[in-house]
Amino acid sequence: MESLDDYLASGAVGDLVPWSVQMSAMEMFSCSCAEVEERILSLNLLPARYQRNRQTISTAGQLRLFRSRVAVIGCGGLGGYVVEQLARLGVGNLVAVDPDVFEEHNLNRQLFSSIAELGKSKVAAAVARIGSINPAVSVTAHRIAFTASNGAELLQGALVVVDALDNIPARLELSEICNRLGIPLVHGAIGGWYGHLATQFPGEELVKSIYRNWSAGKGVEQQLGNPSFTPAVVASMQVAEVCKLLIGEERHLRGRILSLDLHAMEFHETGV
Amino acid sequence: MKVTVKLFATFQKGRFTVEAREYPQGIIVDDIITELEIPRDSLGIVMVNHRHVELGRELVDGDTLAIFPLVGGG
Repeated sequence: MESLDDYLASGAVGDLVPWSVQMSAMEMFSCSCAEVEERILSLNLLPARYQRNRQTISTAGQLRLFRSRVAVIGCGGLGGYVVEQLARLGVGNLVAVDPDVFEEHNLNRQLFSSIAELGKSKVAAAVARIGSINPAVSVTAHRIAFTASNGAELLQGALVVVDALDNIPARLELSEICNRLGIPLVHGAIGGWYGHLATQFPGEELVKSIYRNWSAGKGVEQQLGNPSFTPAVVASMQVAEVCKLLIGEERHLRGRILSLDLHAMEFHETGV
Repeated sequence: MKVTVKLFATFQKGRFTVEAREYPQGIIVDDIITELEIPRDSLGIVMVNHRHVELGRELVDGDTLAIFPLVGGG
C-alpha cells in the first residue's frame, strides 16, 4: 500500500496539496487533520489554503507556525480577532482563556458573537469557529478567568502569549507571570477610537511601565466603550507581532509603545 | 522657558490639542498635570521628547510633553 507521504506527494499540484487530498488522506490513513497537515509541511509541500501566505511566510516558516502554541488571554473584542487570525495564519495550537458568555452589547464588535451565541461561552464559540475554518488547528478552551494562581498552568508550553484582557490588574498579573516563565507577551489595549500595543520580552517590565500611573479602575473604555474597528485594528497588529516572534523575524515593537488615534488617524511611538 | 504640551484623545476636550506654553525653570511633569486639572487616575502614557517618563521628571526649555489617557479595554 502507498505510504501517506507518497499519497500526499502524488496528490500535490505543484507543491500545493488541495483540501480534498488532505481530507481523503485522513480517511485512507486514519490520521487526524493535524497529523496530515504536519506531514504535508514536513514534506516541504504546502496545504493549498496557505498559498497566499507564501510570499510572506516560507513553507519552513509555515511548519514552525503549525508546531507553535500561542495562548490568547481574553476572548472578547481583541481576543476574537486574534484567535481567528492566528488560526488562518496557520498557528497549530491555540489556547483561549475567557470566563464570559456573549451578551447583546458584544454584538457591535466581537467577531465570534452572534444572536445564536447570546448566553453561550466565548471560548466554546472560538472552538466551533476555528473548527469550521481549519480542523488542523487545535484550540484548547478554558472557560475561566486568568489569575495569578492558575496563570502558569494556562500558559504552559506557549511560545508567545497575547494580552487581550479587559482589565488592568489582570494585565499586570499576566505580564508578571510571562516574565517569570520567560515568555514574550504581545500587549494590546483599546478604548473608543484609541488603542496601544507593545511587545514585552522576558525581563522587561513594559506593561508595568505603561500602567505606572494606574491606581484603580478602568481606562477611557469605561466612558467611550469600543466600536467595531478599534479591536480589529489593534488585534491585527498584535497578530503581526506574534507571527514575527514565531517565525524569527526580528523587527519587533520592542522597547517602544505604539499608540493609535483612529479619530485623528495618527500613530505615536513612545520609547520606554 | 517654553514647553510644548500635546494632549491626546479625551484630554483634548475642554483643553487644547497642542500648545507652546511658558513655564518657570524647575517645573516637573506633575505640576503641569495639576495645572491642566487632569485627574491622576486617568493618566496613561506620559512622554517627554518621545520617552515614557515618571511624573517627577523635570522639564527643560524646548521639551515636548505628551499626555495620553489610560487605555485598558479589550
